[in-house]
Amino acid sequence: MITLDSISWTAPGGRFALQNVSLAIPDNTYAVLMGSTGCGKTTLIEIICGLRRPRGGRVLLDGRDVTRLEPRERGIGYVPQDLALFPAKRVREQIHFPIKMRGMRDGEKIVQELVEELGIEHLMDRLPDMLSGGEKQRVALARALAAQPRVLLLDEPLSALDETTHGTALELLRTLQARHSLTVLHVTHSPSEAAALGQMRLRLLDGCVVEVATGSA
Amino acid sequence: MRRLFWITLTLITAGYLFFWFLLIAATAGYSTPEAWLQTVMKPEIRHATGLSLLTCTAAAGTSLLLAIPIGYLMARHEFRGKTWVDAALDIPIVLPPMVVGICLLIFFQTSLGQAIEKVIPFTYTVAGVVLAQFVVAAAFAIRTMRGTFDHLSPRPEQVALTLGATDFQALWHVALPAARRGMLAAFCISWARSLGEFGPILVFAGATRMKTEVLPTTVWLELSVGNLESAVAVSLGMIVIAVLVLVTVRATGERV
Repeated sequence: MITLDSISWTAPGGRFALQNVSLAIPDNTYAVLMGSTGCGKTTLIEIICGLRRPRGGRVLLDGRDVTRLEPRERGIGYVPQDLALFPAKRVREQIHFPIKMRGMRDGEKIVQELVEELGIEHLMDRLPDMLSGGEKQRVALARALAAQPRVLLLDEPLSALDETTHGTALELLRTLQARHSLTVLHVTHSPSEAAALGQMRLRLLDGCVVEVATGSA
Repeated sequence: MRRLFWITLTLITAGYLFFWFLLIAATAGYSTPEAWLQTVMKPEIRHATGLSLLTCTAAAGTSLLLAIPIGYLMARHEFRGKTWVDAALDIPIVLPPMVVGICLLIFFQTSLGQAIEKVIPFTYTVAGVVLAQFVVAAAFAIRTMRGTFDHLSPRPEQVALTLGATDFQALWHVALPAARRGMLAAFCISWARSLGEFGPILVFAGATRMKTEVLPTTVWLELSVGNLESAVAVSLGMIVIAVLVLVTVRATGERV
């Protein structure tokens, strides 16, 4: 469960602000967050990740207050808009990265299962420059899921995909969320993406989050 | 009209490059290959060449080790007074070289400096040559590394943090492999800068033959005794090394 309790934050120069943002996304829910460009959606995701510290308020993940914890202590998976694959690492190293950092014992088995699930066995020895947009997206998802997070934060992960790949990616995200019992917060500009995926649809408006709809996607 | 504008700019560029070509060609034409070979076979020149290669490598290596953390801090972290720190880091670049040498000499006369000298003697030693090269070369390495990290997106490092890495692990496993070309460029630039260093070395480490003599000192020593042939031969060698470094930096694909 993702809970935000009165989160506030002001951008340098006062360009925009988050004002007492509160929301609760139940366990195993696919939530979609929409809002205009520059309204603070990415900032909100970064606050949940621990990459930015809020001016006020608390972040709770599964009931645990993580506001002051380091990003690595939060048990989250994060896929940013540009996917942020490590430039000098092969796909194999990218996916093994969280296993190595966390010293996970059954890492090899986890990686093998993910690689098969995402259909990227043939990409394991490639560098990011040698991957298509859709392949990069799968690798970024595999890397995030290798850390076995309970919460997955996706910041416009489908924005760079063409129409055909986009449809497949939507299906993939839906399947992964269900199979891994993830609580997902997915930022998007696309109303059709929100309608297709969102069990809970949220909108960031004038620095506040409002719930637009709840229901099965 | 537009064509005339670009032709004028091209002529200015060509004129400047031609001027440099003339300078180097004149230097190259002054000496014969036999005279050059004779000069480089002299024991004191061979010693100066070896010492230059050794001290430049040591100075460039230590400059790079310092430039990585400082460049990363300046590129990735916001803090109060950053503008002032940024300006202070460029001080060795704008200071006259002789002044850097005098600063070093005076520092090692202080009680702290003398305490350091008891452990590692710097004044008028080979270690002093390395230090004199390092203080200036480090500023160039820092500037290059900062530019490198500025051009790399911080996002992969941020993702690494969420995947279980500490800040140091994100730097080590993600940022540094991505910055390897910039690191090579920083090393080459500080190496080339060290090779050309003269003023601080002369003031701080002296120009003792077969002891603290490096290639720029050789040029000066040979000129001071009227041996222009040798000075030109050593200068030519330095030009060749400088061009090799420039080619290496360009080949890395980094704009520095």
